[in-house]
Amino acid sequence: MKNLPFHRRKDVRLALRYLVACLLVVIFVFPVYWLFIISFKTPDEIFAFPPVWYPKSIQFSNYFVLFKDGDAKTVLNSLILATVSTFFAMILGTIAAYSLVRFKTGGENLAVWIISQRMMPPVAIVFPVFLLYVYFGWVDTFFGLILLYTAFNLPYVIWMMRGYIEDIPLELEESALVDGCSRWAVLWKVVMPMARSGLFATAVFTFVFAWNEFLFALVLTRTEVATYTVQVTHYFGGQSNFWAKIAAMSVLGTIPVFIAVATMQRYLVRGISMGAVKG
Amino acid sequence: MTVAAATALRANPDRNFRYWLLTPAIFLLLLVGLFPLFYSLIVSFMRIDMMDTDTSFAGLYNYANLFSDKRLWAALGHTLLITVIALPIELVLGLAMAYLFLEKMPGRQIFISLLILPTIISPIVAGATWRLLFDNRYGPINQVLGWFAGHPVTALWTINPQLVYPAIIFCEIWQWTPFMFLILLAALSNVDRSQTEAAAIDGAGFLRTFRRIVLPAIWPVMAIAILIRGLDLARIFDIIWALTAGGPGTMTETISVYTYSQGFKQFETSYTAAIAFLVIVILTVVVVWAIRRMGLAK
Repeated sequence: MKNLPFHRRKDVRLALRYLVACLLVVIFVFPVYWLFIISFKTPDEIFAFPPVWYPKSIQFSNYFVLFKDGDAKTVLNSLILATVSTFFAMILGTIAAYSLVRFKTGGENLAVWIISQRMMPPVAIVFPVFLLYVYFGWVDTFFGLILLYTAFNLPYVIWMMRGYIEDIPLELEESALVDGCSRWAVLWKVVMPMARSGLFATAVFTFVFAWNEFLFALVLTRTEVATYTVQVTHYFGGQSNFWAKIAAMSVLGTIPVFIAVATMQRYLVRGISMGAVKG
Repeated sequence: MTVAAATALRANPDRNFRYWLLTPAIFLLLLVGLFPLFYSLIVSFMRIDMMDTDTSFAGLYNYANLFSDKRLWAALGHTLLITVIALPIELVLGLAMAYLFLEKMPGRQIFISLLILPTIISPIVAGATWRLLFDNRYGPINQVLGWFAGHPVTALWTINPQLVYPAIIFCEIWQWTPFMFLILLAALSNVDRSQTEAAAIDGAGFLRTFRRIVLPAIWPVMAIAILIRGLDLARIFDIIWALTAGGPGTMTETISVYTYSQGFKQFETSYTAAIAFLVIVILTVVVVWAIRRMGLAK
Protein backbone atom coordinates (compact mmCIF):
# COMPACT_ATOMS: atom_id res chain seq x y z
CA MET A 1 0.00 0.00 0.00
CA LYS A 2 2.94 2.31 0.72
CA ASN A 3 3.98 2.27 -2.95
CA LEU A 4 0.67 3.62 -4.17
CA PRO A 5 0.24 7.34 -4.81
CA PHE A 6 -1.54 9.14 -2.01
CA HIS A 7 -4.97 9.52 -3.59
CA ARG A 8 -5.03 5.83 -4.57
CA ARG A 9 -4.09 4.83 -1.04
CA LYS A 10 -7.15 6.72 0.15
CA ASP A 11 -9.37 4.76 -2.23
CA VAL A 12 -7.98 1.46 -1.03
CA ARG A 13 -8.54 2.49 2.55
CA LEU A 14 -12.14 3.43 1.86
CA ALA A 15 -12.75 0.16 0.03
CA LEU A 16 -11.30 -1.75 2.98
CA ARG A 17 -13.48 0.17 5.41
CA TYR A 18 -16.56 -0.71 3.38
CA LEU A 19 -15.56 -4.33 3.28
CA VAL A 20 -15.15 -4.53 7.06
CA ALA A 21 -18.34 -2.52 7.59
CA CYS A 22 -20.35 -4.91 5.43
CA LEU A 23 -18.85 -7.89 7.21
CA LEU A 24 -19.82 -6.41 10.57
CA VAL A 25 -23.35 -5.73 9.38
CA VAL A 26 -23.66 -9.36 8.25
CA ILE A 27 -22.48 -10.62 11.65
CA PHE A 28 -24.64 -8.29 13.72
CA VAL A 29 -27.79 -8.36 11.60
CA PHE A 30 -27.85 -12.00 10.56
CA PRO A 31 -29.31 -13.28 13.87
CA VAL A 32 -32.13 -10.75 13.60
CA TYR A 33 -32.71 -11.82 10.01
CA TRP A 34 -32.80 -15.47 11.07
CA LEU A 35 -35.37 -14.73 13.76
CA PHE A 36 -37.58 -12.91 11.25
CA ILE A 37 -37.46 -15.60 8.58
CA ILE A 38 -38.20 -18.41 11.02
CA SER A 39 -41.39 -16.57 11.89
CA PHE A 40 -42.40 -16.73 8.21
CA LYS A 41 -41.42 -20.35 7.64
CA THR A 42 -43.74 -23.32 7.52
CA PRO A 43 -43.02 -26.11 10.04
CA ASP A 44 -41.46 -28.15 7.24
CA GLU A 45 -39.07 -25.33 6.43
CA ILE A 46 -38.18 -24.74 10.09
CA PHE A 47 -37.29 -28.39 10.52
CA ALA A 48 -35.57 -28.89 7.21
CA PHE A 49 -32.14 -30.39 7.31
CA PRO A 50 -29.86 -28.82 6.28
CA PRO A 51 -31.47 -25.51 7.38
CA VAL A 52 -32.95 -23.32 4.64
CA TRP A 53 -31.81 -19.70 4.61
CA TYR A 54 -34.91 -18.12 3.16
CA PRO A 55 -38.52 -19.28 3.06
CA LYS A 56 -40.11 -20.19 -0.30
CA SER A 57 -42.98 -17.84 0.38
CA ILE A 58 -43.81 -15.39 3.13
CA GLN A 59 -46.72 -16.81 5.10
CA PHE A 60 -48.25 -15.42 8.26
CA SER A 61 -49.87 -18.47 9.82
CA ASN A 62 -47.40 -18.41 12.73
CA TYR A 63 -48.75 -14.98 13.58
CA PHE A 64 -52.38 -15.93 13.07
CA VAL A 65 -51.97 -18.62 15.68
CA LEU A 66 -50.70 -16.08 18.21
CA PHE A 67 -53.67 -13.81 17.59
CA LYS A 68 -56.15 -16.67 17.62
CA ASP A 69 -54.85 -18.04 20.95
CA GLY A 70 -54.76 -14.55 22.44
CA ASP A 71 -51.00 -14.74 23.05
CA ALA A 72 -50.54 -11.57 21.01
CA LYS A 73 -52.34 -9.68 23.77
CA THR A 74 -49.08 -9.79 25.74
CA VAL A 75 -47.59 -7.34 23.24
CA LEU A 76 -50.46 -4.97 23.98
CA ASN A 77 -49.75 -5.42 27.70
CA SER A 78 -46.10 -4.53 27.13
CA LEU A 79 -47.17 -1.51 25.14
CA ILE A 80 -49.49 -0.25 27.87
CA LEU A 81 -46.95 -0.85 30.64
CA ALA A 82 -44.05 0.71 28.79
CA THR A 83 -45.98 3.72 27.52
CA VAL A 84 -47.77 4.63 30.74
CA SER A 85 -44.76 4.03 32.97
CA THR A 86 -42.54 6.06 30.63
CA PHE A 87 -45.06 8.89 30.77
CA PHE A 88 -45.13 8.97 34.57
CA ALA A 89 -41.40 8.44 34.97
CA MET A 90 -40.72 11.35 32.63
CA ILE A 91 -43.04 13.74 34.45
CA LEU A 92 -42.12 12.78 37.99
CA GLY A 93 -38.44 12.45 37.13
CA THR A 94 -38.24 15.79 35.33
CA ILE A 95 -39.89 17.81 38.09
CA ALA A 96 -37.68 16.07 40.66
CA ALA A 97 -34.61 16.85 38.56
CA TYR A 98 -35.75 20.46 38.30
CA SER A 99 -35.94 20.69 42.06
CA LEU A 100 -32.47 19.15 42.41
CA VAL A 101 -30.94 21.53 39.89
CA ARG A 102 -32.67 24.84 40.60
CA PHE A 103 -33.09 24.67 44.33
CA LYS A 104 -30.21 22.31 45.11
CA THR A 105 -32.72 20.38 47.23
CA GLY A 106 -30.92 17.79 49.32
CA GLY A 107 -27.56 18.79 47.88
CA GLU A 108 -25.22 16.41 46.14
CA ASN A 109 -26.01 13.63 48.63
CA LEU A 110 -29.61 13.24 47.55
CA ALA A 111 -28.60 13.13 43.89
CA VAL A 112 -26.02 10.43 44.58
CA TRP A 113 -28.51 8.43 46.64
CA ILE A 114 -30.98 8.57 43.76
CA ILE A 115 -28.51 7.32 41.17
CA SER A 116 -27.27 4.62 43.54
CA GLN A 117 -30.81 3.22 43.44
CA ARG A 118 -30.16 2.38 39.83
CA MET A 119 -27.17 0.21 40.70
CA MET A 120 -29.28 -2.06 42.87
CA PRO A 121 -29.43 -5.54 41.36
CA PRO A 122 -33.13 -6.15 40.54
CA VAL A 123 -32.90 -9.70 41.80
CA ALA A 124 -32.06 -8.36 45.28
CA ILE A 125 -35.25 -6.33 45.56
CA VAL A 126 -37.68 -8.41 43.53
CA PHE A 127 -38.43 -10.83 46.36
CA PRO A 128 -39.49 -8.29 49.01
CA VAL A 129 -41.36 -6.35 46.33
CA PHE A 130 -43.20 -9.57 45.49
CA LEU A 131 -44.21 -10.04 49.13
CA LEU A 132 -45.33 -6.41 49.33
CA TYR A 133 -47.40 -6.84 46.18
CA VAL A 134 -49.01 -10.02 47.44
CA TYR A 135 -49.97 -8.16 50.61
CA PHE A 136 -51.57 -5.27 48.70
CA GLY A 137 -53.06 -7.48 45.97
CA TRP A 138 -51.04 -5.76 43.25
CA VAL A 139 -49.62 -8.90 41.64
CA ASP A 140 -50.70 -9.24 38.01
CA THR A 141 -52.27 -5.78 37.85
CA PHE A 142 -51.40 -2.95 35.49
CA PHE A 143 -51.23 -0.61 38.46
CA GLY A 144 -48.59 -2.70 40.21
CA LEU A 145 -46.32 -3.09 37.21
CA ILE A 146 -46.66 0.52 36.11
CA LEU A 147 -45.79 1.65 39.62
CA LEU A 148 -42.72 -0.56 39.64
CA TYR A 149 -41.49 0.38 36.18
CA THR A 150 -42.04 4.05 36.89
CA ALA A 151 -40.05 3.83 40.10
CA PHE A 152 -37.36 1.71 38.51
CA ASN A 153 -36.79 4.20 35.69
CA LEU A 154 -36.92 7.29 37.90
CA PRO A 155 -33.22 7.38 38.84
CA TYR A 156 -32.24 7.24 35.19
CA VAL A 157 -34.70 9.98 34.20
CA ILE A 158 -33.66 12.22 37.10
CA TRP A 159 -29.99 11.73 36.34
CA MET A 160 -30.37 12.47 32.64
CA MET A 161 -32.78 15.38 32.99
CA ARG A 162 -30.52 16.99 35.56
CA GLY A 163 -27.94 17.45 32.85
CA TYR A 164 -30.39 18.89 30.36
CA ILE A 165 -32.02 21.27 32.84
CA GLU A 166 -28.64 22.61 33.94
CA ASP A 167 -28.18 23.82 30.36
CA ILE A 168 -31.35 25.93 30.37
CA PRO A 169 -30.51 29.60 30.93
CA LEU A 170 -31.86 30.92 34.20
CA GLU A 171 -32.76 34.29 32.64
CA LEU A 172 -35.64 32.75 30.72
CA GLU A 173 -37.23 31.46 33.88
CA GLU A 174 -36.66 34.73 35.68
CA SER A 175 -38.32 36.82 33.02
CA ALA A 176 -41.31 34.47 33.02
CA LEU A 177 -41.54 34.84 36.81
CA VAL A 178 -41.30 38.60 36.50
CA ASP A 179 -44.09 38.47 33.92
CA GLY A 180 -46.27 36.99 36.63
CA CYS A 181 -46.14 33.32 35.76
CA SER A 182 -46.58 30.95 38.65
CA ARG A 183 -43.87 28.46 39.50
CA TRP A 184 -45.82 25.63 37.86
CA ALA A 185 -46.42 27.70 34.75
CA VAL A 186 -42.70 28.38 34.45
CA LEU A 187 -42.05 24.67 34.69
CA TRP A 188 -44.60 23.72 32.04
CA LYS A 189 -44.22 26.65 29.67
CA VAL A 190 -40.50 27.40 29.89
CA VAL A 191 -38.54 24.46 31.26
CA MET A 192 -40.36 21.57 29.58
CA PRO A 193 -40.27 23.03 26.05
CA MET A 194 -36.62 24.05 26.47
CA ALA A 195 -35.66 20.54 27.56
CA ARG A 196 -37.63 18.92 24.75
CA SER A 197 -34.83 17.10 22.96
CA GLY A 198 -33.56 15.85 26.30
CA LEU A 199 -37.04 14.67 27.21
CA PHE A 200 -37.34 12.72 23.97
CA ALA A 201 -33.88 11.16 24.21
CA THR A 202 -34.51 10.08 27.79
CA ALA A 203 -38.03 8.84 27.03
CA VAL A 204 -36.80 6.53 24.25
CA PHE A 205 -34.44 4.80 26.64
CA THR A 206 -36.98 4.65 29.43
CA PHE A 207 -39.46 3.11 27.01
CA VAL A 208 -36.95 0.53 25.77
CA PHE A 209 -35.93 -0.41 29.33
CA ALA A 210 -39.55 -0.97 30.34
CA TRP A 211 -40.38 -2.70 27.07
CA ASN A 212 -37.53 -5.20 27.34
CA GLU A 213 -37.77 -5.81 31.08
CA PHE A 214 -38.10 -9.44 32.08
CA LEU A 215 -37.34 -10.30 35.71
CA PHE A 216 -40.01 -8.14 37.39
CA ALA A 217 -42.56 -9.17 34.79
CA LEU A 218 -41.71 -12.82 35.36
CA VAL A 219 -42.24 -12.56 39.09
CA LEU A 220 -45.10 -10.06 39.29
CA THR A 221 -47.38 -11.11 36.43
CA ARG A 222 -49.49 -14.20 35.91
CA THR A 223 -51.94 -14.00 33.01
CA GLU A 224 -53.67 -10.62 32.99
CA VAL A 225 -50.68 -8.35 32.41
CA ALA A 226 -48.05 -10.89 31.28
CA THR A 227 -45.62 -9.13 28.96
CA TYR A 228 -44.34 -10.43 25.66
CA THR A 229 -40.91 -11.23 27.16
CA VAL A 230 -42.57 -13.54 29.67
CA GLN A 231 -44.72 -15.04 26.93
CA VAL A 232 -41.65 -15.87 24.80
CA THR A 233 -40.14 -17.86 27.66
CA HIS A 234 -43.38 -19.81 28.07
CA TYR A 235 -42.64 -21.52 24.77
CA PHE A 236 -39.21 -22.70 25.85
CA GLY A 237 -40.31 -25.77 27.76
CA GLY A 238 -42.11 -27.36 24.85
CA GLN A 239 -39.06 -28.49 22.88
CA SER A 240 -38.63 -27.55 19.26
CA ASN A 241 -42.33 -27.68 18.34
CA PHE A 242 -42.68 -24.11 19.52
CA TRP A 243 -39.97 -22.55 17.40
CA ALA A 244 -42.48 -20.85 15.15
CA LYS A 245 -44.18 -19.30 18.17
CA ILE A 246 -40.90 -18.22 19.77
CA ALA A 247 -39.88 -16.49 16.57
CA ALA A 248 -43.24 -14.90 15.76
CA MET A 249 -43.75 -13.68 19.33
CA SER A 250 -40.22 -12.25 19.43
CA VAL A 251 -40.77 -10.43 16.16
CA LEU A 252 -44.08 -8.99 17.37
CA GLY A 253 -42.31 -7.76 20.47
CA THR A 254 -39.33 -6.41 18.58
CA ILE A 255 -41.08 -4.40 15.86
CA PRO A 256 -42.46 -1.72 18.24
CA VAL A 257 -38.99 -0.94 19.66
CA PHE A 258 -37.54 -0.86 16.17
CA ILE A 259 -40.20 1.69 15.22
CA ALA A 260 -39.72 3.70 18.40
CA VAL A 261 -35.97 3.80 17.95
CA ALA A 262 -36.11 4.51 14.22
CA THR A 263 -38.42 7.49 14.63
CA MET A 264 -36.43 8.82 17.56
CA GLN A 265 -33.00 8.02 16.23
CA ARG A 266 -31.51 11.47 16.18
CA TYR A 267 -32.50 11.92 19.82
CA LEU A 268 -31.27 8.47 20.68
CA VAL A 269 -27.70 8.94 19.54
CA ARG A 270 -27.51 12.28 21.31
CA GLY A 271 -29.05 10.68 24.38
CA ILE A 272 -26.44 7.95 24.56
CA SER A 273 -23.53 10.32 24.21
CA MET A 274 -25.03 12.93 26.51
CA GLY A 275 -25.80 10.37 29.16
CA ALA A 276 -22.26 9.12 29.12
CA VAL A 277 -20.69 12.54 29.04
CA LYS A 278 -22.85 14.02 31.76
CA GLY A 279 -23.21 10.77 33.71
CA MET B 1 -25.30 37.55 38.31
CA THR B 2 -26.20 33.87 38.48
CA VAL B 3 -25.66 33.60 42.22
CA ALA B 4 -27.91 36.55 42.92
CA ALA B 5 -30.50 35.31 40.42
CA ALA B 6 -30.47 31.85 41.90
CA THR B 7 -30.94 33.33 45.34
CA ALA B 8 -33.83 35.40 44.02
CA LEU B 9 -35.39 32.29 42.52
CA ARG B 10 -34.96 30.42 45.73
CA ALA B 11 -36.40 33.21 47.83
CA ASN B 12 -39.67 33.05 45.90
CA PRO B 13 -42.76 32.89 48.15
CA ASP B 14 -43.64 29.31 47.13
CA ARG B 15 -41.32 27.90 49.72
CA ASN B 16 -42.58 24.37 49.63
CA PHE B 17 -42.60 24.22 45.85
CA ARG B 18 -39.26 22.51 45.64
CA TYR B 19 -40.38 19.79 48.03
CA TRP B 20 -43.65 19.22 46.20
CA LEU B 21 -41.61 18.59 43.06
CA LEU B 22 -39.56 15.90 44.74
CA THR B 23 -42.22 14.21 46.85
CA PRO B 24 -43.71 11.76 44.32
CA ALA B 25 -40.31 10.62 43.09
CA ILE B 26 -38.91 10.14 46.57
CA PHE B 27 -42.05 8.34 47.70
CA LEU B 28 -41.79 5.86 44.83
CA LEU B 29 -38.09 5.31 45.39
CA LEU B 30 -38.68 4.65 49.07
CA LEU B 31 -41.52 2.26 48.31
CA VAL B 32 -39.75 0.04 45.78
CA GLY B 33 -36.14 0.88 46.62
CA LEU B 34 -35.57 1.42 50.29
CA PHE B 35 -38.49 -0.49 51.75
CA PRO B 36 -37.53 -3.81 50.12
CA LEU B 37 -34.00 -3.28 51.31
CA PHE B 38 -35.00 -2.81 54.94
CA TYR B 39 -37.46 -5.63 54.72
CA SER B 40 -34.77 -7.93 53.34
CA LEU B 41 -32.37 -6.91 56.05
CA ILE B 42 -34.85 -7.80 58.78
CA VAL B 43 -35.92 -11.05 57.15
CA SER B 44 -32.31 -12.09 56.65
CA PHE B 45 -31.96 -12.34 60.42
CA MET B 46 -34.95 -14.66 60.73
CA ARG B 47 -35.49 -18.25 59.64
CA ILE B 48 -38.35 -18.11 57.16
CA ASP B 49 -38.56 -20.79 54.50
CA MET B 50 -41.26 -22.85 52.84
CA MET B 51 -41.81 -25.08 55.90
CA ASP B 52 -41.11 -22.70 58.69
CA THR B 53 -42.21 -19.15 59.45
CA ASP B 54 -40.03 -18.66 62.48
CA THR B 55 -39.83 -14.90 62.84
CA SER B 56 -37.68 -14.91 65.96
CA PHE B 57 -34.23 -13.40 65.75
CA ALA B 58 -31.84 -15.98 64.36
CA GLY B 59 -28.71 -13.89 64.46
CA LEU B 60 -26.21 -14.52 61.74
CA TYR B 61 -27.51 -18.01 60.99
CA ASN B 62 -28.21 -17.28 57.30
CA TYR B 63 -25.05 -15.31 56.82
CA ALA B 64 -22.97 -18.11 58.33
CA ASN B 65 -24.55 -20.51 55.87
CA LEU B 66 -23.39 -18.38 52.96
CA PHE B 67 -19.80 -19.43 53.53
CA SER B 68 -20.43 -23.14 53.18
CA ASP B 69 -22.78 -22.77 50.19
CA LYS B 70 -20.75 -24.19 47.31
CA ARG B 71 -23.44 -23.42 44.74
CA LEU B 72 -23.42 -19.75 45.77
CA TRP B 73 -19.66 -19.36 45.34
CA ALA B 74 -19.79 -21.28 42.08
CA ALA B 75 -22.50 -18.88 40.88
CA LEU B 76 -20.36 -15.90 41.86
CA GLY B 77 -17.47 -17.50 39.99
CA HIS B 78 -19.58 -18.02 36.85
CA THR B 79 -20.71 -14.40 36.96
CA LEU B 80 -17.12 -13.22 37.34
CA LEU B 81 -15.96 -15.47 34.51
CA ILE B 82 -18.53 -14.12 32.08
CA THR B 83 -17.80 -10.54 33.12
CA VAL B 84 -14.01 -10.65 32.84
CA ILE B 85 -14.14 -12.28 29.42
CA ALA B 86 -17.06 -10.43 27.82
CA LEU B 87 -16.31 -6.92 29.08
CA PRO B 88 -12.79 -6.48 27.60
CA ILE B 89 -13.87 -8.02 24.29
CA GLU B 90 -16.88 -5.70 24.05
CA LEU B 91 -14.67 -2.75 24.88
CA VAL B 92 -11.91 -3.50 22.37
CA LEU B 93 -14.31 -4.53 19.62
CA GLY B 94 -16.52 -1.51 20.26
CA LEU B 95 -13.50 0.78 20.11
CA ALA B 96 -12.27 -0.76 16.87
CA MET B 97 -15.71 -0.34 15.33
CA ALA B 98 -15.87 3.25 16.53
CA TYR B 99 -12.55 3.93 14.79
CA LEU B 100 -13.84 2.30 11.63
CA PHE B 101 -16.79 4.68 11.45
CA LEU B 102 -15.07 7.74 12.86
CA GLU B 103 -14.30 9.32 9.50
CA LYS B 104 -17.17 10.27 7.24
CA MET B 105 -18.11 7.80 4.54
CA PRO B 106 -21.20 7.58 2.34
CA GLY B 107 -23.89 5.47 3.98
CA ARG B 108 -22.27 5.75 7.39
CA GLN B 109 -25.54 6.48 9.18
CA ILE B 110 -27.21 3.43 7.64
CA PHE B 111 -24.39 1.18 8.79
CA ILE B 112 -24.62 2.58 12.30
CA SER B 113 -28.40 2.12 12.43
CA LEU B 114 -28.08 -1.49 11.36
CA LEU B 115 -25.26 -2.23 13.77
CA ILE B 116 -27.15 -1.05 16.85
CA LEU B 117 -30.12 -3.38 16.20
CA PRO B 118 -28.89 -6.07 18.63
CA THR B 119 -28.71 -3.60 21.51
CA ILE B 120 -32.31 -2.47 21.31
CA ILE B 121 -33.92 -5.89 21.22
CA SER B 122 -34.83 -7.51 24.51
CA PRO B 123 -32.12 -9.72 26.07
CA ILE B 124 -34.78 -12.42 26.32
CA VAL B 125 -35.37 -12.22 22.57
CA ALA B 126 -31.61 -12.15 21.98
CA GLY B 127 -31.20 -15.30 24.04
CA ALA B 128 -34.13 -16.97 22.26
CA THR B 129 -32.68 -16.03 18.88
CA TRP B 130 -29.29 -17.51 19.67
CA ARG B 131 -30.96 -20.60 21.03
CA LEU B 132 -32.43 -21.11 17.56
CA LEU B 133 -29.12 -20.25 15.87
CA PHE B 134 -27.15 -22.64 18.07
CA ASP B 135 -29.48 -25.59 17.56
CA ASN B 136 -27.37 -28.63 16.81
CA ARG B 137 -29.44 -29.81 13.86
CA TYR B 138 -31.67 -27.00 12.57
CA GLY B 139 -29.45 -24.04 13.40
CA PRO B 140 -27.26 -22.32 10.81
CA ILE B 141 -24.16 -22.11 13.01
CA ASN B 142 -23.34 -25.79 12.91
CA GLN B 143 -24.23 -25.76 9.23
CA VAL B 144 -21.69 -23.02 8.45
CA LEU B 145 -19.07 -24.65 10.65
CA GLY B 146 -19.73 -27.83 8.66
CA TRP B 147 -18.86 -26.06 5.41
CA PHE B 148 -15.48 -25.09 6.80
CA ALA B 149 -14.85 -28.41 8.50
CA GLY B 150 -15.81 -30.37 5.40
CA HIS B 151 -18.04 -32.70 7.42
CA PRO B 152 -21.31 -32.23 9.32
CA VAL B 153 -20.86 -30.56 12.70
CA THR B 154 -23.33 -31.44 15.46
CA ALA B 155 -22.01 -29.39 18.39
CA LEU B 156 -24.48 -29.14 21.29
CA TRP B 157 -23.78 -25.49 22.04
CA THR B 158 -26.16 -24.97 24.93
CA ILE B 159 -25.68 -28.40 26.50
CA ASN B 160 -22.04 -29.37 26.08
CA PRO B 161 -20.07 -28.14 29.15
CA GLN B 162 -17.15 -27.08 26.98
CA LEU B 163 -19.26 -25.03 24.58
CA VAL B 164 -21.88 -23.49 26.80
CA TYR B 165 -19.73 -20.60 28.04
CA PRO B 166 -18.51 -19.64 24.59
CA ALA B 167 -22.15 -19.69 23.48
CA ILE B 168 -23.30 -17.39 26.29
CA ILE B 169 -20.37 -15.03 25.90
CA PHE B 170 -20.81 -14.89 22.15
CA CYS B 171 -24.45 -13.93 22.53
CA GLU B 172 -23.60 -11.36 25.18
CA ILE B 173 -20.88 -9.81 23.01
CA TRP B 174 -23.16 -9.78 20.00
CA GLN B 175 -25.82 -7.91 21.90
CA TRP B 176 -23.73 -5.33 23.76
CA THR B 177 -20.72 -4.53 21.61
CA PRO B 178 -22.90 -2.12 19.58
CA PHE B 179 -23.68 -0.27 22.81
CA MET B 180 -19.96 0.21 23.50
CA PHE B 181 -19.48 1.13 19.86
CA LEU B 182 -22.10 3.88 19.94
CA ILE B 183 -20.83 5.45 23.16
CA LEU B 184 -17.18 5.30 22.10
CA LEU B 185 -18.04 6.67 18.66
CA ALA B 186 -19.62 9.69 20.32
CA ALA B 187 -16.59 10.08 22.58
CA LEU B 188 -14.09 9.75 19.74
CA SER B 189 -15.98 12.30 17.64
CA ASN B 190 -15.44 14.83 20.41
CA VAL B 191 -11.66 14.40 20.51
CA ASP B 192 -9.85 17.49 19.30
CA ARG B 193 -8.66 16.67 15.77
CA SER B 194 -5.89 19.26 15.70
CA GLN B 195 -4.10 17.50 18.57
CA THR B 196 -4.10 14.05 16.99
CA GLU B 197 -3.02 15.53 13.66
CA ALA B 198 -0.20 17.42 15.32
CA ALA B 199 0.95 14.21 16.96
CA ALA B 200 0.87 12.44 13.61
CA ILE B 201 3.01 15.17 12.05
CA ASP B 202 5.47 14.79 14.92
CA GLY B 203 5.81 11.19 13.86
CA ALA B 204 3.93 9.57 16.75
CA GLY B 205 2.49 6.20 15.76
CA PHE B 206 -1.15 5.20 16.18
CA LEU B 207 -0.68 3.49 19.55
CA ARG B 208 1.36 6.34 20.97
CA THR B 209 -1.17 8.93 19.84
CA PHE B 210 -3.95 6.81 21.27
CA ARG B 211 -2.32 6.43 24.67
CA ARG B 212 -1.11 9.99 25.04
CA ILE B 213 -3.93 12.01 23.49
CA VAL B 214 -7.04 10.02 22.62
CA LEU B 215 -7.35 7.83 25.71
CA PRO B 216 -7.14 10.68 28.24
CA ALA B 217 -9.75 12.57 26.21
CA ILE B 218 -12.26 9.74 25.97
CA TRP B 219 -11.53 8.20 29.37
CA PRO B 220 -14.37 9.83 31.36
CA VAL B 221 -16.91 8.49 28.86
CA MET B 222 -15.17 5.15 28.46
CA ALA B 223 -14.99 4.65 32.23
CA ILE B 224 -18.73 5.24 32.56
CA ALA B 225 -19.38 2.78 29.74
CA ILE B 226 -17.22 0.16 31.45
CA LEU B 227 -19.02 0.79 34.72
CA ILE B 228 -22.49 0.48 33.17
CA ARG B 229 -21.64 -2.69 31.28
CA GLY B 230 -19.76 -4.15 34.24
CA LEU B 231 -22.78 -3.66 36.48
CA ASP B 232 -25.10 -5.16 33.87
CA LEU B 233 -22.84 -8.17 33.47
CA ALA B 234 -22.61 -8.64 37.23
CA ARG B 235 -26.38 -9.07 37.40
CA ILE B 236 -26.77 -10.96 34.12
CA PHE B 237 -30.03 -12.91 34.15
CA ASP B 238 -32.16 -12.67 31.00
CA ILE B 239 -29.71 -14.04 28.42
CA ILE B 240 -28.77 -16.97 30.66
CA TRP B 241 -32.44 -17.65 31.36
CA ALA B 242 -33.30 -17.74 27.67
CA LEU B 243 -30.20 -19.58 26.48
CA THR B 244 -29.37 -22.21 29.10
CA ALA B 245 -31.57 -21.52 32.14
CA GLY B 246 -28.38 -22.02 34.17
CA GLY B 247 -27.74 -25.46 32.75
CA PRO B 248 -26.40 -27.96 32.08
CA GLY B 249 -27.12 -28.74 35.73
CA THR B 250 -26.00 -25.59 37.47
CA MET B 251 -22.96 -25.06 35.30
CA THR B 252 -23.89 -21.62 34.01
CA GLU B 253 -25.90 -20.46 36.98
CA THR B 254 -25.03 -16.81 37.66
CA ILE B 255 -25.61 -15.08 40.96
CA SER B 256 -28.90 -13.57 39.77
CA VAL B 257 -30.18 -16.92 38.48
CA TYR B 258 -29.17 -18.60 41.74
CA THR B 259 -30.82 -15.93 43.89
CA TYR B 260 -33.97 -16.24 41.83
CA SER B 261 -34.10 -20.00 42.20
CA GLN B 262 -33.52 -19.82 45.98
CA GLY B 263 -36.32 -17.28 46.35
CA PHE B 264 -38.92 -18.51 43.91
CA LYS B 265 -38.24 -22.20 43.53
CA GLN B 266 -36.92 -23.23 46.97
CA PHE B 267 -38.80 -20.47 48.85
CA GLU B 268 -35.84 -19.96 51.16
CA THR B 269 -37.08 -16.49 52.07
CA SER B 270 -34.58 -15.61 54.76
CA TYR B 271 -31.64 -17.19 53.04
CA THR B 272 -32.46 -15.40 49.77
CA ALA B 273 -32.49 -12.11 51.65
CA ALA B 274 -29.03 -12.90 53.02
CA ILE B 275 -27.73 -13.70 49.52
CA ALA B 276 -29.23 -10.47 48.21
CA PHE B 277 -27.34 -8.55 50.89
CA LEU B 278 -24.11 -10.29 50.10
CA VAL B 279 -24.57 -9.33 46.44
CA ILE B 280 -25.35 -5.71 47.31
CA VAL B 281 -22.29 -5.48 49.58
CA ILE B 282 -19.99 -7.01 46.95
CA LEU B 283 -21.32 -4.78 44.19
CA THR B 284 -21.11 -1.65 46.33
CA VAL B 285 -17.50 -2.38 47.29
CA VAL B 286 -16.53 -3.10 43.69
CA VAL B 287 -18.31 -0.03 42.33
CA VAL B 288 -16.82 2.32 44.93
CA TRP B 289 -13.39 0.84 44.26
CA ALA B 290 -13.88 1.13 40.51
CA ILE B 291 -15.08 4.73 40.71
CA ARG B 292 -12.01 5.70 42.77
CA ARG B 293 -9.65 3.66 40.62
CA MET B 294 -10.97 5.06 37.36
CA GLY B 295 -10.73 8.60 38.68
CA LEU B 296 -14.44 9.26 38.36
CA ALA B 297 -14.94 10.54 41.90
CA LYS B 298 -14.98 14.30 42.04
